[in-house]
Amino acid sequence: MSVKTIAGMDVNVSEEGYLEDMSQWNEGIANEIAGEIGIELTDKHFEVLNYLREKTAAKEALTIRKVGKSGIVNIKELYTLFPKGPLKFSSKIAGIPKPTSCI
Amino acid sequence: MKNLVILGAGTSGTMMANHLVSKLPKKEWEITIVDQYSTHYYQPGFLFLPFDIYTTKQVKKKGKKFIPKGIRYVQDKIEIIKPEVNHVVLEHGEVLAYDILIVATGTKIAPEETEGMKGPKWRENIFDFYTYEGAKALRNKFREWEGGKLAIHITEMPIKCPVAPLEFAFLADSYFKNKGMRDKVDITFVTPLDGAFTKPKATKALHHLLEDKNIKEVTDFNIERVDYENNKIIDYADTEVEYDLLVTVPTNMGDAVMERSGLGDELNYVPTNKGTLQTIDHENIFAIGDATNLPASKAGSVAHFEAEILTENILRYINGEKLKEEFDGHANCFIETGNGKALLIDFNYTHEPVEGTFPFPGVGPLSLLKESRTNHMGKMAFRWIYWNMLIKGVHIPFVSATMTEKGKHFETVQ
Repeated sequence: MSVKTIAGMDVNVSEEGYLEDMSQWNEGIANEIAGEIGIELTDKHFEVLNYLREKTAAKEALTIRKVGKSGIVNIKELYTLFPKGPLKFSSKIAGIPKPTSCI
Repeated sequence: MKNLVILGAGTSGTMMANHLVSKLPKKEWEITIVDQYSTHYYQPGFLFLPFDIYTTKQVKKKGKKFIPKGIRYVQDKIEIIKPEVNHVVLEHGEVLAYDILIVATGTKIAPEETEGMKGPKWRENIFDFYTYEGAKALRNKFREWEGGKLAIHITEMPIKCPVAPLEFAFLADSYFKNKGMRDKVDITFVTPLDGAFTKPKATKALHHLLEDKNIKEVTDFNIERVDYENNKIIDYADTEVEYDLLVTVPTNMGDAVMERSGLGDELNYVPTNKGTLQTIDHENIFAIGDATNLPASKAGSVAHFEAEILTENILRYINGEKLKEEFDGHANCFIETGNGKALLIDFNYTHEPVEGTFPFPGVGPLSLLKESRTNHMGKMAFRWIYWNMLIKGVHIPFVSATMTEKGKHFETVQ
């Protein structure tokens, strides 16, 4: 764990740059992380990000399928919003942990 | 007389039956277990069946053998669960009333969820190894296969035994080496995650295995469809991977009875309290093993640890006591790496797999997160432990339900 300054805030991040504490997140942080990845955030992006944060706060595991059934976007649209890493990049920008396997 | 009903006589259900039969007073409680199938499979063995390491006989036995006396065993399909009236309705019309229900219906593959997967080429050059039939069909294919592009593919997470596809890749490398045809087989590992290993420590310690074995990785691949006419899998970003032989782990889903009964999430897993194993919506329904939505691995070792805690919580529930929020997501898995070696990993909800020794701190004999022959012997011995101890609910010495930190090298805990 290390501390990184993002959008003027000191936040705790993992080795791979994912926020360790989702409560340290704000829209400015989201915009800056998205900028590093090369994504410009729109309202639609934020709808997805807020959905991911809500489900994570409720301790529900996230899958692409789940987001695809959320009523906000379908899977294809999720890809268009977060190219190359629909769940990975959206999680990073939403300030929640990285989707992983057991090892 | 009160009724406790267990749905499913797989690893979890059978363990619960064995735990509870001696704990619940027979004069007050009748225990019933329901399963539609008569065969109990040793599912970890499905990994070895395609490579002729295990025979078909070594991975299946009559399920009834493992259900203790004093428990009613009903072989029928579950039609629907009616939680509002505490009833389970079976396919042939029998209605089971319950005071406590334990859901242990597991998870199964759903290849029909992906376009083109379960089409005309299913079990011709598209295989799974998560079912007995699939593993056996693949064994027959491998025996005669002359080589080409072998794609080992994970459709989407979560899956049962998340590390099995990787073990499959390692064993395939060994298998074709031993057959003297490794140069004719091109192995590619295709995953929706960002690597075959996803945790930083494991990646650092183990990524060399892929390079050493010449296994290619295609990452962040979220399949949209199988183009079975042209032997390609295509993802939502239009990335294509060609194959001659596709070994896929299809979408894993809980039992469809959860959907019919309004008890499941979008993958038919039952929302369950991750510490107590009580379901979120109904206080007299508990869930265990692969059937839950817990953020733990779907694996027999997890179910084994859960069973000890769930048994205690059932007794507490009956006595009107507060449930223990004790389950910590503990998993303990052997990982075959091929050539007679294996790794062992031990982890839980909050701790990544770490290096160290197991089960005795500083002694072992098993080493965590390192390849060794002893670990492989452990994995082979585990089949005996499974049939003779694990599903019978016999406590495995020195292995506790919650994870111990002794003898393990924890660095920064994230």
